[in-house]
Amino acid sequence: MLVLLGVGLRLKPQEIPSPLIGKRAPEITLPQVEDGRGLFRSSDMRGKVWVLNVWASWCGPCRAEHPALLELSRLAVAPVVGLNYNDQRGDSLQWLREVGNPYNVSAFDGDGKAGIEFGVYGVPETFVIDKQGLIRLKLTGPVTQEIVKDKLLPLIRELDHG
Amino acid sequence: MVKRWWLLLLLFFAAAASAAQDAAQLERRVNHVAEQLRCLVCQNQSIADSHAQLALDLKREARLQLSQGRSEQEVIDFMVQRYGDFVLYRPPFKAITMVLWLGPFVVLAAGSTALLYNLRRRELREDALEEV
Amino acid sequence: MIPELGNFALMIALCLALVQGSLPLLGAWRDKPHWIALARPAAAGQVSFVVFAFGCLLAAFVNNDFSVAYVASNSNSMLPLHYRVAALWGGHEGSLLLWVLILSVWTAAVARFSRQLPPVFVARVLGVMAWISVGFLLFMLFTSNPFDRLLPAARDGRDLNPLLQDFGMIIHPPLLYMGYVGFSVAFAFAIAALLGGELNAAWARWSRPWTLVAWAFLTLGIFMGSFWAYYELGWGGWWFWDAVENASFMPWLVGTALIHSLAVTEKRGSFKNWTVLLAIVAFSLSLLGTFLVRSGVLTSVHAFATDPRRGLFILAFLAVVIGGSLALYAWRAPTVGMGERFALFSRESLLLLNNVLLLTAAATILLGTLYPLFLDALDLGKISVGAPYFETVFVPLLLPVLLLMAASPFVAWRRDAWRDVASRLSKIAQISVLFGLALWLGWKFTPAVAAGLMLAAWILLGCAQHVLERLSAVGEGVTLARHVTKQPLSYWGMLAAHAGVALFVVGVTLVKGGEVSEDASLRVGESVVSNGWRYSFTALQKVDGPNYVAARATFEVHGPDGRVLTLQPEKRYYTVQQMPMTEAAIDRGFTRDVYLSLGEPGKDGAWLVRMQNKPFMGWVWGGCLVIAAGGLLSASDRRYRSYVKRKEDETIHTAAERLRTVAGIAGRGPAA
Repeated sequence: MLVLLGVGLRLKPQEIPSPLIGKRAPEITLPQVEDGRGLFRSSDMRGKVWVLNVWASWCGPCRAEHPALLELSRLAVAPVVGLNYNDQRGDSLQWLREVGNPYNVSAFDGDGKAGIEFGVYGVPETFVIDKQGLIRLKLTGPVTQEIVKDKLLPLIRELDHG
Repeated sequence: MVKRWWLLLLLFFAAAASAAQDAAQLERRVNHVAEQLRCLVCQNQSIADSHAQLALDLKREARLQLSQGRSEQEVIDFMVQRYGDFVLYRPPFKAITMVLWLGPFVVLAAGSTALLYNLRRRELREDALEEV
Repeated sequence: MIPELGNFALMIALCLALVQGSLPLLGAWRDKPHWIALARPAAAGQVSFVVFAFGCLLAAFVNNDFSVAYVASNSNSMLPLHYRVAALWGGHEGSLLLWVLILSVWTAAVARFSRQLPPVFVARVLGVMAWISVGFLLFMLFTSNPFDRLLPAARDGRDLNPLLQDFGMIIHPPLLYMGYVGFSVAFAFAIAALLGGELNAAWARWSRPWTLVAWAFLTLGIFMGSFWAYYELGWGGWWFWDAVENASFMPWLVGTALIHSLAVTEKRGSFKNWTVLLAIVAFSLSLLGTFLVRSGVLTSVHAFATDPRRGLFILAFLAVVIGGSLALYAWRAPTVGMGERFALFSRESLLLLNNVLLLTAAATILLGTLYPLFLDALDLGKISVGAPYFETVFVPLLLPVLLLMAASPFVAWRRDAWRDVASRLSKIAQISVLFGLALWLGWKFTPAVAAGLMLAAWILLGCAQHVLERLSAVGEGVTLARHVTKQPLSYWGMLAAHAGVALFVVGVTLVKGGEVSEDASLRVGESVVSNGWRYSFTALQKVDGPNYVAARATFEVHGPDGRVLTLQPEKRYYTVQQMPMTEAAIDRGFTRDVYLSLGEPGKDGAWLVRMQNKPFMGWVWGGCLVIAAGGLLSASDRRYRSYVKRKEDETIHTAAERLRTVAGIAGRGPAA
């Protein structure tokens, strides 16, 4: 039992693994945060490797991870799609103006329904989805430069070649 | 003419009453489902008890699905598909949780049997000694 | 300056503890009276320096010394004085210092109140306690020093978590620690007995009061935690089977088995191995609880700031203590000797069964608490184990215990005929069953509630019958009053504790079976009816507290019997930590609690309100208090206060036993 507890020290009990890894990403159709820009359909992303980042204007850690996301989008290795979760349009637009917009497109999920489809339980969360539309990675918590470098970029590159 | 009005009124009240009944029935079912799902952002609460945003969202989703005719089990399966076994407030009864569910009773049975056996054997042994 | 003195004092305390731990034990082993005599003075020294160190940290808090990192992260200049004191144990480092302080308190008590024990034995006990102290002091000095400075000093502190700014915080941890740490005394007694190879009824008599007092404190500590959560957390729950709650409940269960086992060892000389093992397990579970809370291994509302390095240290400490003591047990237990004989149906057997049941219960809770970790570590997925599991599994385990509780006092020591006991108890058994059936079929209670109340009645009737039988066996020329006072306090203690359990069962059964909770959205001036009570939202005002702002709602609540209550739940916003908090309004009654709490305000000015009605909630609290009182009553029994060496008593006792055995009289044992 003591060995078990020792191993337990290295685990993170707050993190809940996603059962959706390896499964098809849910088909969502949402309006965009910027009004009048048409709808975002996740099926449109088929054939590309893409990153989905769940964010909200009321979320502190989202602000902390923003520089890393801006960097990721600057590298342009994969489209970065934002999922604006449980938010108000006005606040979201204001926020994007303030901190910058790393997203190729930002879907507006005002009531959180799309989030539930993705198994979102907190913000921020980040998903990597492959060309066939399967979810390959889910990260909970803010993305750091290290995570971009060590986890996201290699995976995206690998999926691109696959 | 009056009779028609009466009938309409009666039907209206009946509908309202049954709607209220239905609403209460729906709430009961929502609650029943909510009690079985864990609030993922709280400490040890079901989504029935919690007022957290996620809990309210999930309850709303459950209510929507139940009112659309899904069964309680289907709603729970929906949640488990997206959030994993962790969202079940009551651990599932599967192969890997067999030890969890049956363990206590096995231990109890084993312990009591061992005790009984030991005491009986002691009693017999001491009786034998006494007869000497 | 003062924090440095405190730090230094801890280091000196460590040195003294090392002395206290090594020389007396070596002296006891090698029969060196001078070293044995060092135990008490070394202990006195260690205690003084720990108290001094505690005083230094206390001074830092009271004086708002924010150059000490721990004070800065747990206190604030706007915090009222009594909470500044309580903040001392609000975080990891400080709570460790509290642990060590309470260990010192117990050490001092053992040193002071052990004049009648042989010095060699006392030396061993103090020696073992010293090693526990060494472990915690090392832990503090190397990984979690409360005196670490923060340079440059913070302008103001980060404030104590608003959830902790409550009376409960002032007494819950100290009470709990008095219990946890108190089991270290029982542990030390057990180890000392194993080391010395003498384990007899006298040892049990010495051990018992200490264990009873520790157990009573643990009961109060757990009660206080629940009581506090009930009014503080705002949603009416009071037991969540949270990892830390379980961590305190497991030692309590094993502690209960221990005090029963000690009773048998004291009276009959039996169960020695069991008793020693239970003492080791109880304390090990206390330490395990300490580990679980501080290592980040489990999620819990109680979890302190987690640091795997600290977890590793405690784990190592756990391994040493548990491994060492069990190894010692395996080595020395056989020499401790078998107990006296007893039949398959006897009070001894039933108490042994009681031990098995309570240990199974504790093991079950351990299983449930660690299972998610177990699966996660083996990469078998993540599940969550919560209240539904524990309630499903724990209640059936407890049923036999409750049944036995009423019946066992009627069973004779050594040997009895179950038919005789059954016929003695048949009347109250019938009354209880009829009561249960009446509740179920007549008053339409659910079978579960009826069963719970039936068991409670069974226990209470059993206590009553036992008392009546005992008191009616009055001899010639003795008045009833005299006879009552002649009964030892430990008898009344037992009755009180068992009755307390019955009261607790009544409370839990009725609350779980009958509580009603409803949510509603209300604006000022509106009202709603829930469960026969009318809740009218009459006023809303803004209130300024010392370190918070609050919205206070006033409700007039009309009961079905015409009573009108005024309840004022609050939603507080603590300015420093920017944390919202719910203060529930509770009207406590003998037969029900009315519980009202505010949720979030909606955008339209309507507040989400939760209204709850909890039948017989007060009996849960009352039951716990009566249980603790029973423990303390038993501990104050006169025979524990004797300062005379009791060796001769023991010889007389065993000689009398032998006479009785020889003469073949299967008599009832001495008075319970």
